[in-house]
Amino acid sequence: MAGGEKELDEKFRQLDEIIQRYGQQEGQLIRILKEAQDIFGYLPEEVQTYIAGKLDLPVSEVNGVVTFYALFHTEPQGKYGINVCLGTACYVQGAQGILDEFRRQLDLDEGDTSADGLFTVKSTRCMGACGLAPVLTVEDEVYGKFRRQDVAKLLRKYRRREVTAGDQWTERPDRYPEETAPGH
Amino acid sequence: MINGLNDLIDIQKKRLPDINARREKPGAAAGWQVLVCTGTGCTSSASHQVREELAKQVQLKKVQARVIKTGCFGFCKMGPLVVIYPGQTFYCLVKKEDVAEIVEKHLMEGQVVERLLYEEPASGERKRRLSDIQFFHAQHRVALRNCGLINPEDITEYIACDGYFALADVLLNWTPAQVVDAIKQSGLRGRGGAGFPTGRKWELAAAAEGPVKYVVCNADEGDPGAFMDRSILEGDPHSVLEAMAIAGYAIGAREGYIYVRAEYPIAVDRLERVIAQARQYGLLGRRIFNTNFDFDIDLRLGAGAFVCGEETALLRSAVGERGEPRPRPPYPAQCGLWGKPTLLNNVETYANVPVIIREGPAWFASLGTENSRGTKVFSLAGKVLNTGLIEVPMGTTLRTVVFDIGGGIPEGRQFKAVQTGGPSGGCIPERHLDTPIDYESLKQLGSMMGSGGMIVLDETDCIVDIAKFYLQFSQDESCGQCTPCRVGTKRMLEILERITQGKGEMEDLDELEELSREVMDASLCGLGQTAPNPVLSTLKYFRDEYEAHIRDKRCPAGVCRALLDYVIDEEKCVACGLCARECVAKAIVGEKKGQPYFIDRQKCLKCGACLARCPKEAIYTV
Repeated sequence: MAGGEKELDEKFRQLDEIIQRYGQQEGQLIRILKEAQDIFGYLPEEVQTYIAGKLDLPVSEVNGVVTFYALFHTEPQGKYGINVCLGTACYVQGAQGILDEFRRQLDLDEGDTSADGLFTVKSTRCMGACGLAPVLTVEDEVYGKFRRQDVAKLLRKYRRREVTAGDQWTERPDRYPEETAPGH
Repeated sequence: MINGLNDLIDIQKKRLPDINARREKPGAAAGWQVLVCTGTGCTSSASHQVREELAKQVQLKKVQARVIKTGCFGFCKMGPLVVIYPGQTFYCLVKKEDVAEIVEKHLMEGQVVERLLYEEPASGERKRRLSDIQFFHAQHRVALRNCGLINPEDITEYIACDGYFALADVLLNWTPAQVVDAIKQSGLRGRGGAGFPTGRKWELAAAAEGPVKYVVCNADEGDPGAFMDRSILEGDPHSVLEAMAIAGYAIGAREGYIYVRAEYPIAVDRLERVIAQARQYGLLGRRIFNTNFDFDIDLRLGAGAFVCGEETALLRSAVGERGEPRPRPPYPAQCGLWGKPTLLNNVETYANVPVIIREGPAWFASLGTENSRGTKVFSLAGKVLNTGLIEVPMGTTLRTVVFDIGGGIPEGRQFKAVQTGGPSGGCIPERHLDTPIDYESLKQLGSMMGSGGMIVLDETDCIVDIAKFYLQFSQDESCGQCTPCRVGTKRMLEILERITQGKGEMEDLDELEELSREVMDASLCGLGQTAPNPVLSTLKYFRDEYEAHIRDKRCPAGVCRALLDYVIDEEKCVACGLCARECVAKAIVGEKKGQPYFIDRQKCLKCGACLARCPKEAIYTV
């Protein structure tokens, strides 16, 4: 798991709070797992075991729930999660080609996360923005009416964000105005 | 805090002038009201930026105007949408940069900004008023009555539109049995899929014995291409809360749960707000309207599993377990949440309930067809000019929906089919377009109503590929519990994959049909029982297209990659060499800045990388 010992302790402390808040209510395991995933970024075995212990449930039951739902992942995720909508409306407008193009450009043969840990590419079920098909999201940003040709530009946009000095999150002024992300 | 009907009437009196202005009725409030859509479609098109800019400029320039958030107008393709009252001026595709002009010209000088008006694609005519637009003509909004009219996060606006009056009436003047009876009389049927009579469901839940019962709302809208439930939750969430409280009174429940997809963050957030608001006003909680009736609602989040739309799976998931369905009976009405009697309806079904109580079951039953009363919301998407959310009376023909409301097929292409009912439905061809839409007629055509997704396909869509797409979906989402669904859909998918790769045999078609029947008969839940529908309906109506793939190794629509050839248009090629550099198979030959490049068919792997790379869009498929 990323981060130092201290950081990890802090995360488990946050998890304890969540368990305290929801653990008393019946049937809130999914909510607890979701919050835990928000804290840790994913749900490694030790977190699952920890939750199971605290809730007095068999680990198998917790793991059964984790593996059943698409929302949960047991592997670390890339810094930017790219979700390509594969709902029908997006599909008939060429979403599969967009997904393939992302996977090709990021060399994703197996797994969904690029070697540099920057991008995780997944398909998602209908987001309900069918009027803007094909649609994809990068973290919370939505890109509508996306084209396969725009894939390279989009990846460049987020890579450029990373190039900025140190860990500063400020975006470097866009030197190539024609390269601003599509759909905006 | 609302203690009785009078409190409700007071609030309505206070807020009605604002609503009257938007409904263009007498007694309207003065001043501009600028409505900005905050549905998911418009939010994705950055409508929040438009709204913030409007609010900023209105304040800066001291204009007498209020900027109001609303839910979905339905015309998502043209978003962000802004509607200004008085005048009902409809501006579409509004960008942040357009705001200054709207404020100065419209709000300060009273002139319309022509260039932002909607242009009818057929006539090229610009339409000023929302109600003038063809898209809205044939519609009749019941479930969506408040979407796009009120601020969904403001309970007083909902009350001004007669909100919570049905609940008040029921609690103060009706017996639970009368409520159940009214729902039965109305002929309302479940809007989530199979169309089970809602009144019958309520009756069963009311008759079930036990001190503890639950009311549950299925907001796990999973059909790809359907987003009506989300729009109702985002645009008029109080209507669902009110209906659930009415249902609670009718069946004798004190607790309700809304099971909502975590993929709908706006809806989740809005629900949390409005539940808190309703509690604050005393419309949820203890002794509602000073009666003995207590009712409260809580949320449960879905975590991305399509099968959880099935009722028994949903009830398991709602208590934090794996969402695996179980055989019925017992039905949820007897044994549901935590083993207690549970009433489960979907969002759109609930949204109809308060109107049925207010206007009377006879009024509702007067809409629609004999066996399918009322209206239905459809999400129209795919290859159609006007994509968005529409609501029409049952019995409207598919042609009216696709061609009158939807405006037909873009770019002069040919209509091929309309897919209804999502992964459980089927594809309906041109010759059945005049069928009036209701539960039975769609079933007869080998499709189903489902939740109301409607995807239009044109001549560039391969029907085999579409069938494969849906089957892939069902296969992915199969929970794996029962063999026919888990293995059967897998075998079917393998056959379809063979066919789209040009490796199919004619016998495969018979085998597909046989497997379909077996999967339908033997699967445990609705997912498996309906999963073969897309395959069967396309085999029935588009068999020639399957045969073209098998016999001629040809994809008539030009979609199936293995059956295509990639070609470079010599006229467009500028010989930049980017495609050749991209090609892993070294199938593209040519000389930089020389003659146009050329693709060697023998070597080409048909990966399509060159097509995506070409800056001149000179590469195409045949």
